[in-house]
Formats: sequence, structure tokens, C-alpha cells
Amino acid sequence: MRKYVPKDNVQKKSYYTDRFWVAPRVPQSDVEEGSHFASVVEALGDRVISAYVSVGQLIVNIKHQDNYSTLETLKDECGYKVCTELSAVDYLAQDGEFEIFYQMLNLDEALRVRVVCRIPEGEAIESTVPLFKSANFAEREMYDMFGIKINNHPFHKRIIMPDDWEGHPLLKTYPLQGDEFASWYEVDKIFGKEYRDVIGPENRDPSRIDRYDTKRFSRVGYEVDFDADISQGESKTPIEYSQTVLVDYTTGTEQLDERR
Amino acid sequence: MQVTNKLSPFFENLNFERDDNTMVINFGPQHPSAHGQLRLILELDGEEVVKATPDIGYLHRGIEKMAENMTYNEFLPTTDRLDYIASTANNYAYALSVEKLIGLDVPRRAQVIRTMLLELNRIISHLFFIATHALDVGAMSVFLYAFREREFAMDLMEDYCGARLTHSSVRIGGVPLDLPENWIENMITYTQKLPDAVKMYEDLLTENRIWKMRLEDVGTISAENAMNWGCSGIMLRGSGVKYDIRKEEPYELYSELNFDIPVSNSCDSLGRYRLYMEEMRQSARIIEQLVLMYPKTEPQLMAHSPQYISAPKEEIMTQNYALMQHFVLVTQGMKPPKGDVYVPTESPKGELGFYIKSEGEPYAYRLKCRAPSFYHTGLLQELLIGTYIADVVTIIGTTNIVFGEVDR
Repeated sequence: MRKYVPKDNVQKKSYYTDRFWVAPRVPQSDVEEGSHFASVVEALGDRVISAYVSVGQLIVNIKHQDNYSTLETLKDECGYKVCTELSAVDYLAQDGEFEIFYQMLNLDEALRVRVVCRIPEGEAIESTVPLFKSANFAEREMYDMFGIKINNHPFHKRIIMPDDWEGHPLLKTYPLQGDEFASWYEVDKIFGKEYRDVIGPENRDPSRIDRYDTKRFSRVGYEVDFDADISQGESKTPIEYSQTVLVDYTTGTEQLDERR
Repeated sequence: MQVTNKLSPFFENLNFERDDNTMVINFGPQHPSAHGQLRLILELDGEEVVKATPDIGYLHRGIEKMAENMTYNEFLPTTDRLDYIASTANNYAYALSVEKLIGLDVPRRAQVIRTMLLELNRIISHLFFIATHALDVGAMSVFLYAFREREFAMDLMEDYCGARLTHSSVRIGGVPLDLPENWIENMITYTQKLPDAVKMYEDLLTENRIWKMRLEDVGTISAENAMNWGCSGIMLRGSGVKYDIRKEEPYELYSELNFDIPVSNSCDSLGRYRLYMEEMRQSARIIEQLVLMYPKTEPQLMAHSPQYISAPKEEIMTQNYALMQHFVLVTQGMKPPKGDVYVPTESPKGELGFYIKSEGEPYAYRLKCRAPSFYHTGLLQELLIGTYIADVVTIIGTTNIVFGEVDR
């Protein structure tokens, strides 16, 4: 029977899995009373679903509808003036959701907060560009890579991939070597669709060897002319070894070196 | 309206003939001072920029996608290709975030070597900045002088790890090699000479009339704007915000070292250029302190954590169990705990951080590289408005963007 390959996650899987392996967790601790993080959680009020501290940073889970107001409170009341990073994680296969995180920095306290929210597939998230201009590029990248639409973004356009690209590369359903569209993209664009047969799909596998390619490869013992057509098979060429002639210049005699 | 097809493509410059008389020009992606692959679509009114649209993605290699399909150790050499001017900073930022994820302590000698390499790499990167920035602005000789010093620094790098650009010299859990013979002596010679070299560049540039005219009050960013656009590193400190991750959120040995964080309140390109100069001196100062720390350390180079890190080579070759663990780690890869982590570091360009989401598998579930240059490129769309076309090159130069990490 053919091996089952899940279609919703085509990323590389580990070859060997231990049935009894239980992965440990990165240590998490509760927010300490009276700390700066406690005041942040208090300022956010009932928007906080859960909050904990992990690796020195506060992680706040919120609903995706609250993302703008949460970031506004963090900026205006808690002093988190920089939004250093924002992106998404694909959980479509497991939960049908994306996880979006906003990485916030307080320059005075030198502390960081990660605001995390989950958004179902197909829903759009509110843009935070009015609060942080750094979100302009970051949200465009999130849209480009995951296809999460942004409401009220000033320039809602792809940023890294070409404008006419199909598919969103960082989805788990998108293969590493690119999909069908990707393999024809340049041929279609430069030469036109009618040249597909002539040129063939783009080879995105760097280690691929074409059996009948005599331009770049040759088989030992079956050497043929450059660019010869060997689709009907090729004749065997016996291997010839180079010969060494020993010349004695004093007598002027030549002698074939015996191969050992 | 133009009719475009394959034979007559769209020419944006035809806008020039419109009534309002703005001209749209393409700056890059092949422009020599576009720092690699930046395409700027500039709308000009006379010589003044009315609108600037940075177009990126010409160097996109899908590094974050590759991270999801590689084991943690496999991915490390790929991080070299992010900011290829300062590879060690990338290697280190990545290694540190994986170490934070698995909660690993690195031996002290490895810490000393790593910090030395980081600072040496900072010098290399800053020298590259001053060389190319001066060349962009028109000072050819500084380029040659700065590249001479950079060459010596790269020789030191080569002596240590064998590579000049793509170092991979920091590994998860430590460093692979101890310092070679005479390296410390060469390093001391270099750090002693470097301040003189920096002084020479300053003599050539700081009071230079042309240099001042080209840089003063060009590319002015207010502190508020810098924070809003997510600027970091010198772009932030050049706007009067004293924030250096090495000082504020110390990692590695930076909490034990004496160094100053230069800040400029002038908010312009000249101020930023002076910060780069001063940071090189500080880096030399840091390395001199590290050289004294080095002999007092134990010879261990990689952390001892059999579950995640292979044993040293001697043990692998002599002990059966170490060999078995090494085999498992190479064929299957390490499996960090479940959870996510974001670790910021101060790379020469600014805040370089890796967000890693692990699901307990040998492959990262999601890896996001927070590249400082990406945000500095975003800033260009506001910074360039109202400037003159001749200043565009200066402003791109002063942001010090590298496209390896913008496009990833």
C-alpha cells in the first residue's frame, strides 16, 4: 500500500518517531504580584484570556478582535512604544486557525511583551498601522506569506513575492520546492504559455539528474557526443586508459610503461 | 494609457508627460548604490522626491520556509546568508534562541570566543558600512582604506574558522574550535591599530566640507518616528534614544564588560556616521577586555547536554554511548521542548531576533527572523519624501540595509 501523506501539511517530517516520547515544555511561570508585568495585565483588563511569563517575556493571549485596542493600551498606558515584530503561525491543519503574535518592546523598562491571538481561516485582522508604522511592512509580509487579510491597511499588497503570484509560501500546505504554479511562472511570464512544451517546467530540485541529458552529464563507459540524443539507448564505449611513454633521452629510445 | 504587451513593456517614465509633471523613476534593483537588490519607485517633482515606494523581494530565497524543513543544526549555516556582511551575528542570534528554547548554558570559554567573534564581526560590518557609504557619497579613497582594515579583520576571521564571509563559527551550544595559535597576539595587534585607522577615516571625513554638506541634516528621523517605525541599533541611537540590547538586555558576557553606548542627538546621517566610528572603537575596547578573560577559562567549548548537543570529538571516537548519541543527533536532529521563544540580539545593523515556535519535533514549526534592515527599508517610504534625488543615495547608505536579511 502507498504510504499515507497528509495533504494539509507537506513540510518535512521526522523519519523516526518515538511513540513514547513526550516533549517537555519551555518553562512558564505565573505573572508575579507587584511586578511591571502584573500592571500590564491589569491595564489590559478583561481582554486578557491568559497571561504568563516565559523566558523573561510576558505572553498575553487575547481575542483577535481586541488586537487594536490591546496594542493601543500597551502603547499609551504601559509605555510599549515599539512594535518590533509581528507575524503568524499556521495552525490550519490542527485547529483551522492562524496564530498571530505582536512582539512589543518597552524601551524604558527594557521589557518585552508578546501579544498572541488566534484568528480563524478566512477572517481579516484589523491593521495596527495607525499605532505603529513598523506594522506597515510587517503586515504586508504576513499577508504575502500566509494570505491573512488586513482591514484598513494603507497599502494592502504583496511585498516579497511578485504581485501576480498565486499561493502563500509559508502555509504548511505549500511545498518547499514550490507548487505547480511556481514551476511554470517564469516560462509563462517570459515566453508565454505556448512555450511550456518547448521549455518544460522549472527544475527546483538542485540535485535532479536527467537520465537523457547529454549536455551536462555523461555516463562512464557510455560516452557520447555533446547534446547527442540517447533516448533510444547509447552504445558502450570501452574505457581507455592513458598510456605513459618513457623516453630515454640519452639513447633516444621510447618504451611503453607497463601498467601494474 | 499605455498599451503593454511583451514587445513593448510598460514604461513608467511616460508619466513625465502628464500635466502635473512628476517623473517616476526606478532606482534599482541594479543600481550600484541600491545596496544589493533594492528597487525604489521614486516620484519626482523636479529633483524633489514626492513619493517613494520601496519594492523588495528580489533576493527572496524562502529562508523561513527552509527553516521549517531543516533540523536545527542543519539550518545554522543558512543563517549566514541573511546578513552576509555580519554572518556571525546571525549565527549567534539563531544559536542563542535555540539555546534559550532548550535552556542551555554555554561554557565560559565558548562565551569569550563568541563575544570576541561578535565584536570582530561588528568591526567588519561597520568598516564595510563606512567604505560603501563613503563610496556612495563620492569619497573613493575612504573605501580603499576601510577595505584594507576590513581585510585584516577578515584574515583573523579566516584564521579562526576558515571562512571569510559565511562563518558558521558559532554553533548551538558553543563554538566548534578553540582559538588557533598566535590568534590572540594578532588580535591584539589589530585592536591596537584599529583606533588609528578609525581616526584616519575621521580625519578624512568628519571635517570634510563635501562630506558635511552631503550628510548634515540629511535623512533626519525624530526619536518618535524612529520608535514608531521600529528602528533599532544605530538608527535608533542616532535619533537620541539610548537603547542598546547589549546594555539593556545583556546576553553573553556583555554584562561583565565595560563599554560605552554612543548616542547622537543630531538625528541626521552625519550623527549616525559618527556613531559607527565610535562603535568600532568600543568594539576594539571590548575585545581587549575579552583577551584578558580568555586565559582564565576552562578548555571546554561545547555545552554538556547529551540530549541536544553532541559530545566532543574525542569522546565520540572513544566512548560508545557518546557515538550513539551523536548518531541520533545527526540522523534525527535534536528535539527542543514545546513552546516558543523570541530572543533579541544587537547585530551591527540593529535588533536581530529569532522567533522560534517548536512543537517538540526536530524541525522548527515556525521560525521568524526579525531583521533590522527590513524595518529600516520600510522607513524609507517616509524618510525620502521631500528630499532631493542626490540625497536618496546618502539616505539609503545611512540606513545600512543589507538585502540578504530584508528579503530573507
